[in-house]
Amino acid sequence: MTSAKEEILGRIRAALGESRSVPTVVPRDYRTHGSDEPGSPAVLDLLEDRLVDYKASVHRTASADLAGTVRQVLAALLPEGGRVLVPAGLPPDWVPDASTDEGFDAPTLDGFAAVVTGCAAAAAQTGTIALDGAPDQGRRAITLVPDIHVCVVRAGQVVQTVPELLARLDPTRALTFVSGPSATSDIELQRVEGVHGPRTLAVVLVTD
Amino acid sequence: MSGIFLGMPVHAPRGVGALRGAEPFPVAARTALANTQLRRNLGHATATIRAKRAAVVSELDDWEELRRAGEAIKTATMTRLDEHLEQLERAFTARGGTVHWARDANEANEVVTRLVQATGEREVVKVKSMATQEIGLNEALEAVGIAAYETDLAELIVQLGHDTPSHILVPAIHRNRSEIREIFLREMAGVDPMLTDEPRMLAMAARAHLRRKFLSAKVGISGANFAVAQTGTLVVLESEGNGRMCLTLPQTLITVMGIEKLVPTWTDLEVFLQLLPRSSTGERMNPYTSTWAGRHEGDGPRDVHLVLVDNGRTATLADEIGRQVLNCIKCSACMNVCPVYERTGGHAYGSVYPGPIGAVLSPQLTGIEDNASLPYASTLCGACFDACPVRIDIPSVLVHLRAKHVEQQREDHRLPSAEALSMAAASWVMSTSTRFSAAEKASRIGRLLGARRGRITMLPPPFSGWSASRDVPLPPRESFREWWAGRGGATS
Ligand code: SF4
Repeated sequence: MTSAKEEILGRIRAALGESRSVPTVVPRDYRTHGSDEPGSPAVLDLLEDRLVDYKASVHRTASADLAGTVRQVLAALLPEGGRVLVPAGLPPDWVPDASTDEGFDAPTLDGFAAVVTGCAAAAAQTGTIALDGAPDQGRRAITLVPDIHVCVVRAGQVVQTVPELLARLDPTRALTFVSGPSATSDIELQRVEGVHGPRTLAVVLVTD
Repeated sequence: MSGIFLGMPVHAPRGVGALRGAEPFPVAARTALANTQLRRNLGHATATIRAKRAAVVSELDDWEELRRAGEAIKTATMTRLDEHLEQLERAFTARGGTVHWARDANEANEVVTRLVQATGEREVVKVKSMATQEIGLNEALEAVGIAAYETDLAELIVQLGHDTPSHILVPAIHRNRSEIREIFLREMAGVDPMLTDEPRMLAMAARAHLRRKFLSAKVGISGANFAVAQTGTLVVLESEGNGRMCLTLPQTLITVMGIEKLVPTWTDLEVFLQLLPRSSTGERMNPYTSTWAGRHEGDGPRDVHLVLVDNGRTATLADEIGRQVLNCIKCSACMNVCPVYERTGGHAYGSVYPGPIGAVLSPQLTGIEDNASLPYASTLCGACFDACPVRIDIPSVLVHLRAKHVEQQREDHRLPSAEALSMAAASWVMSTSTRFSAAEKASRIGRLLGARRGRITMLPPPFSGWSASRDVPLPPRESFREWWAGRGGATS
């Protein structure tokens, strides 16, 4: 008996017939780079503008004050008694009293109010932050279940356009692109922020 | 290659899935048109989304270049679809995933059912997927006692309302806030009886309702917006985070995907991640996009499957004009601009694929005899082409399918099909009836003008504005109205 795979591939070949060998040239004259350099003030301003437009908060800081800023942001957002989770690779001095992820199950993750991570890269034009599971970001579930996500983005990680963003990422890793907090437009096309993912996204932008 | 492949194209089978309506389009459309609440909801929703889309599209000065690149990438992918699929399978398998192939809806449902049964679970969580709706997966699972929970807010509204989707992006677009509130109050166990119809409150009710399901789910089922052949990367775009929940928390993940959803390389995705969110929700970027390539150690599901489904796609590929429809990235922009869709809504199209894309996709997947009235569900105004991020020439394909249908009937010396006859009985109400027939006459004049070259470059009004920017294919000599009138149909 022919396998489903063989049969489908055979159907494709029969369907294409002669047209199979016709080459198609892909025009790539769209923008593959921004007008501004990664990390430049213009790109950082654009990122902030887009993030705020999608109801994320942005907190600028110099790298010398980073740990203090992270703690300040958390203090303002955390509900009373709320616990904080961090991935194993996050610098320990950022949130000294946080719990480090040990592969907790989902209900345990649900017991944390907030998570603090770094990121892999960000695109200003769309207000998008990419996470790739590196040690300072952790596995995907930890940035999903807690209701508050504080994400540290460094100036050098911010590019202007989507093509530049993808060029910085490894497609064989598990990636998450985050553009603002979770949202829905399913009721009368009206955007409502905060459904199943974190309802609060706070970005700490390190400007130097 | 064995000789069996050279036979007739194989369409999506009858009796399974959701590609065929219970009633032909004109009959269903008449019912829909009588529903003023529905028309009001649709008019409001499509106007909102059109404005949002226009605003974010105008932000990009390279939008046309992106559209042309998107069109070319998809076209190039189709001409080597077999190679790309094999490459995808190799890459996904090399990274610990398992690939399954399914000739049609029945086989796909069998594969998924078997995979779920192997886990011993009786419940699955689902993230919105056109492919699983198309094949009727929920019904197939239910038949063996497995409950499938839709987790997308709109899908949840549809599922709780014992309803069917009417839009590919916003499946509950036909419902307004107070109707949604009523459904939640009636169907959601433990919902706050003080629930208001404020969208935020309704969204929070959905969050609370699904939270426990997500945290305990062992099996997730998804579709995929794209698959990168070279790297074996699957891509899902979403807004609410329910997708991330389904893709990340369960131990087993089963992804069901049509064989046409490929792009060759990671770089190609840079085009579609710009085209799709702006065209669909009218956002610069959707809140969440997830990608995975096989299994990821210590991160997400341990058992990762991909089911590649044909179900009429190879039959569509066999038609040189019709195959461009496979380039569709399911953004729904064409339905949001369509004057016919805006009046009738999605249910009238019978299939899970409504609107202009449905009118050209459903009849090709099922074979035209099973959806014969759909290619007529259009005024050929061309708005869908202008909105389409991958430049699918829907008007040309519509005309092509009408001609193909007429040709088929003639060859078979058959009387008009049941679908076609019932169109005669329905009042044809896409626009005012005089405007509609005038437009059809005009398109017939177009045929006379262009009789020699097979393409025409100038049409009389109301098409002249449209044809100024592109060549229009020849419409069939007989317009629909004339065609059925000639067969004894009564004018409405
Ligand atoms: S045909 Fe074009 S506009 Fe319509 S859903 Fe598909 S990609 Fe979008």
